[in-house]
Amino acid sequence: MGASGCGKTTLLDLISGLDRPTVGSVAVPIAEGTTRGTSTAMLFQDSALFPWLTVAANVELPLRLRGVGRVERRSVAADLHERVHLGGSGDRRPHELSGGMRQRVALARALAQDAGLLLMDEPFGALDAITRDLLHDELEALWLERRFTAVFVTHNIREAARLGNSIVLLTSRPGRVAARFTVGLARPRRSDSPEIGSLAATVTDQLRAEVGRHGR
Amino acid sequence: MAADTTTLRPDAPTHHEALAGLDALDGVGRPLRDRLSRRAWRATWPKLVALGLILLVWQSAVWAHRKPYIFQSPTAVFRQLWEMVGTSLFWQACWATAGQAVVGYALVLLVGGIVGTAVARVAVLRAGIASLITGMQTMPSVLWYPLGIMVFGVDAKAIILMMVLGAAPVVANGFISGIDQVPPGLLRVGGILGARGLALQRHVIRPAAFPSILGGMKQGWAFAWHALMAGEFLVLVNPLSLGGRTVNAVTQGEWAVVVAMMIVIIFIGIMVDVVFSSVDRSVRRRYGLIDAAAA
Repeated sequence: MGASGCGKTTLLDLISGLDRPTVGSVAVPIAEGTTRGTSTAMLFQDSALFPWLTVAANVELPLRLRGVGRVERRSVAADLHERVHLGGSGDRRPHELSGGMRQRVALARALAQDAGLLLMDEPFGALDAITRDLLHDELEALWLERRFTAVFVTHNIREAARLGNSIVLLTSRPGRVAARFTVGLARPRRSDSPEIGSLAATVTDQLRAEVGRHGR
Repeated sequence: MAADTTTLRPDAPTHHEALAGLDALDGVGRPLRDRLSRRAWRATWPKLVALGLILLVWQSAVWAHRKPYIFQSPTAVFRQLWEMVGTSLFWQACWATAGQAVVGYALVLLVGGIVGTAVARVAVLRAGIASLITGMQTMPSVLWYPLGIMVFGVDAKAIILMMVLGAAPVVANGFISGIDQVPPGLLRVGGILGARGLALQRHVIRPAAFPSILGGMKQGWAFAWHALMAGEFLVLVNPLSLGGRTVNAVTQGEWAVVVAMMIVIIFIGIMVDVVFSSVDRSVRRRYGLIDAAAA
């Protein structure tokens, strides 16, 4: 995480290969023992679902692009729907869903990519607090089950403390690593727990100090 | 750091129970729609009123006209129309024109689609001919008639050429503006999901551009139909086509036939438009571009 202009989105683009670094290279370690591909999946702030496809077809698309057969596609997508608690909504269109539901479909689509790395660009930033809180639980449960590697970009310090195993604070202009925090809290966590509160306070102080340098 | 000591109360709902509750509260059920008969009536009665007014104005004009034997009354025309519809000659003419329309329009879509996609995707082509395509749209299709005659002589192919030159630019422009307006975010997502090259074209660009492409196709139909009618009037290859039959009636002073043919031609135009409009509406509804309740 970091303030505006620290290059969070650029960093995600570099990791995913959407953008190329002018100098240097990006090494993407994939967890050992995973059979997953090396490609990256990505979640955006707006769900970025394709409006012309049904929910089910959106989730199936990455499988289709990989050449997975129709029958297998169906069953994988149906499993993923159940997993994000959207069973029965498969024939709906994205515009018929609420923001939180769309984001869960996008999550199912990302999981369908079966990528070794999940990149998330403020995926819950536009949701109301209640929905966001529930999606934190959902993401954590999924992670506990599948143990994928995730890079999660956020402006929300509590969100970083709630979800992260480690938090990297970036400076703005130029974007450099200002601080690194390892979060050793047990899961499942709650965002209103005192431990997360005190960690968030520490990170907030550091971030304010960082941002304050630009005002002087 | 200490382990998390805060835990949920045992009777608190799990997060997926809470999610299900939220989904229900978000009320994303489908809107209720009126019965079909009600909707049909709501769409029909204004048309009937308009038709009645047209007939009234027409009949009044006939009464006011100095030469009512030339300017035909609605009753005379509809009697003629009724008679005509009973003849096999009329259906042969319809068949001939429809065949020409299908072949010509298919070519229009093919040429327009290929040129439009190529211009939208290749910068050199865009710089070279994008403005030419827009310029060609302003050219009335009758003006392609001499070119058709030069290339093919007095032949049905000359009419097809008029249709293609007149209508393909409109279709091409539908493709170009549709592809130009594909949100870059969707292309990004397509890339992330693993769609490149042709797969990106097929799974992202074309469906994203489709509403605009459909608009171009609809407009292209109108242009192609204009060109076809003009061609049948001018080139007169087949006296047994709708346009050819009309020209014959004009030369023979069968004014009731002329007006009856005009009605047939307008009717066909309206029917095709109804088909396009309903496809257009259902596409927009699927894409979430219109309020489902209003459609």
